[in-house]
Amino acid sequence: MEVKFKIFRFDPQVDQEPRFQSYVVSAEPGHRILDCLNRIKWEQDGTLGYRMSCGHGVCGSDGMRINGVCGLACQKLVREYEGSEILIEPLPHFKVLKDLIVDMDGFLEGIKRFQPHLISTGPALEKERLQSPEDRKKVDHVIRCILCACCTAACPAMDENPKYVGPAVLMWAYRFIHDSRDDAFRERLKAVDFADGVWSCKNYFECTRVCPKSIPVTKSINIMKGEIEKTFPESSH
Amino acid sequence: MVFKHDVVIVGAGLAGLRAALEVAGNVDVALISKVYPTRSHSGAAQGGIAAALGNEEPDSWEWHMYDTVKGGDYLTDQHVAEILATDAPRAVYELEHLGVPFNRTPDGKIAQRAFGGHTRDFGKAPVKRACYAADRTGRVMMDTLYFQAERKGIKVYPELQMLDLIFKDGQVAGLVAYELATGDVHVFHSRVVMLATGGYGKVYKTTSNAFANTGEGVYIPYRAGIPLEDMEFVQFHPTGIYGMGVLLSEAARGEGGILRNGSGERFMERYAPTIKDLAPRDMVSRAIRTEILEGRGIGGKDYVHLDLTHLGEQKLAERLSDITSFVKIYLGIDPAKELIPIQPTCHYMMGGIPCNVDGHVLGGSQEVVPGLYAAGECSCLSLHGANRLGCNSLLDLVVFGRRTGLQIGRDLAGLPWQELPRNPERPALERIRKIKERKAGEKAAHLRSRLQETMTLRCSVFRHEETLVQALSEIRSLEERYGKVVIDNRGARFNTDLLDALELEALLGLAEAITVSALNRKESRGAHSRDDYPERNDEEWLKHTLIQKTDGEVRVFYKPVHITRFQPKPRTY
Repeated sequence: MEVKFKIFRFDPQVDQEPRFQSYVVSAEPGHRILDCLNRIKWEQDGTLGYRMSCGHGVCGSDGMRINGVCGLACQKLVREYEGSEILIEPLPHFKVLKDLIVDMDGFLEGIKRFQPHLISTGPALEKERLQSPEDRKKVDHVIRCILCACCTAACPAMDENPKYVGPAVLMWAYRFIHDSRDDAFRERLKAVDFADGVWSCKNYFECTRVCPKSIPVTKSINIMKGEIEKTFPESSH
Repeated sequence: MVFKHDVVIVGAGLAGLRAALEVAGNVDVALISKVYPTRSHSGAAQGGIAAALGNEEPDSWEWHMYDTVKGGDYLTDQHVAEILATDAPRAVYELEHLGVPFNRTPDGKIAQRAFGGHTRDFGKAPVKRACYAADRTGRVMMDTLYFQAERKGIKVYPELQMLDLIFKDGQVAGLVAYELATGDVHVFHSRVVMLATGGYGKVYKTTSNAFANTGEGVYIPYRAGIPLEDMEFVQFHPTGIYGMGVLLSEAARGEGGILRNGSGERFMERYAPTIKDLAPRDMVSRAIRTEILEGRGIGGKDYVHLDLTHLGEQKLAERLSDITSFVKIYLGIDPAKELIPIQPTCHYMMGGIPCNVDGHVLGGSQEVVPGLYAAGECSCLSLHGANRLGCNSLLDLVVFGRRTGLQIGRDLAGLPWQELPRNPERPALERIRKIKERKAGEKAAHLRSRLQETMTLRCSVFRHEETLVQALSEIRSLEERYGKVVIDNRGARFNTDLLDALELEALLGLAEAITVSALNRKESRGAHSRDDYPERNDEEWLKHTLIQKTDGEVRVFYKPVHITRFQPKPRTY
């Protein structure tokens, strides 16, 4: 079948304004949107810019907005968009470098500011630290994060407060706050307890809706809010 | 621009990151990566990392070493397998200490599960040796090491593609790289270059590999005259999603999954009566292809079924959640209720850049190439022999990534700065200019599809002199046509059209090395299975292939296998 695409094009070093370009691709219902983009690039227009690598939702390279919803082009199939022209745009809230390629540096920097590594003050061990399966289960959903940035891009609270650290940063904070092997629970919780931290989340649930790895993002943020209130009852936000 | 670092590591996957962590602090180390940080293909490793911890049942490093050697069909260099097996527990505990969120046993230890070819008591029955974090073990390991590297202030240059190695008087002096964001060609002046660029499964049409796995890191030293080792040994993973090649981890069978043919039979019972579906990958892939060729595929077609319906939703959710979601997304079926259509998919390259156990790259006379190191899938330590066992790859990356980092630290004092030759970037610039200026010709994508189809059809699970000769002649005709490759993007920024064209040179060169090596090995061993020479022949072929290209001439020669504890025996499971 023939599938119509309308794709955002912009090279900030050359173009005055972004524009949309139309393409028609022949594809099967089971093909990935990424397959279609590849066919456009390989057969029709080698100037189209987008990132991709693993092609099956693990590397996190090909986050973009497809018909208004953020997602991975390699996880969305043509059949989900049957009958409509498919609109492809870069992730919102990110600076466009070229076409669908956005600047991810600030995103990674944001995560790094919250110490995304285990902080352990215990003695050096010869073998593994023990952790019960129940404790390990507390991080089971957040270790699915692949840093694709779809949640942060989709979040309406980012419009209300551009300084909001965003849901992805908070998932990485959550991952270490709830790792029973980590010794910085209070400090980590305190670090997200500020206006541009957890309190910027207004429960829009967009992050949860778009997460390609089905992480309950909003719920996790709310759990942290509850823990902050319990741990720091004097805290005002 | 010219950048200067003592040590430049190419590739920011697990081998590169682990080595960098070892080197950092004492010297100035930088990583360059063709993909953005955390996108490297180590992250796609699913099932686990092997170590004889004995957390679930008795295990020993000798059994692990034996399994590695037998899994490699005795082509494994045994002193390398011994290092791997003995160092494995330390390596896994270290990962745990760094924060890797492994699943746990009821008493809080690292959980372990069964995996193909890993056995207790020298082949008696499967053993639980694979340490895992659900079915995303590679991803959580890589993110852990990446953020540790960041913490140590290790510089990572994102989206830089290596184009050339620079040598001066036989010693490495650095490399030339293309910056995707700007189109600039940079020179990295260094005392050490370590290659950690992974595999090149994109030589094949059906593969579990990422689009980035095009093998420049292996091809560039080959083009510079360094031999490649055991290139004929290409692993086809038994369970790729039918028609796509997306990997469904062996952990699915480790947790109890069963392969079934068109009549619903558990056919692996006939091929490997003792460990059945948990036989090594080469055997299972051959069994699947045999079932299909003999008309026992599903509905007579070219696939069989992976049956997970008896595992239960909880186990699928806790231990196999990623592959469950892949099956739901790409096939629209629920593995808890329906059978999954699968076929073998190109997964791993046993061959690569010849190295010793400390990561030194070895030249044509087995001499150490000063300043050049390699680790991970791009290297060939002869660890995996003719067929790698599942979960030995992640282990390889951290064990030998670390050893290479340690060795670089020891060697640096004896590796002075070499003066850069004049205009080292010129050959690369010339190649780019020619491609950009060409007005008419064929697009790289078109030639690449032809190459991938040829390799999948003629040089995959089963091979024959006739098909290999055909493959070789097609590769050579494609190489000629590559001389007229054309692009339609002549811009500077994020020009992946140009990158596709540059990558194709590597794919073609490596496909030729695989095919020539396969044509020369007149026996069947591990993943190299010849219809015209169906038996293993230790008398003539218990040796490693080396292939070298100098002045356009390809030379194939051999070196002996290192055997210490385990004499070659018939390989049955």
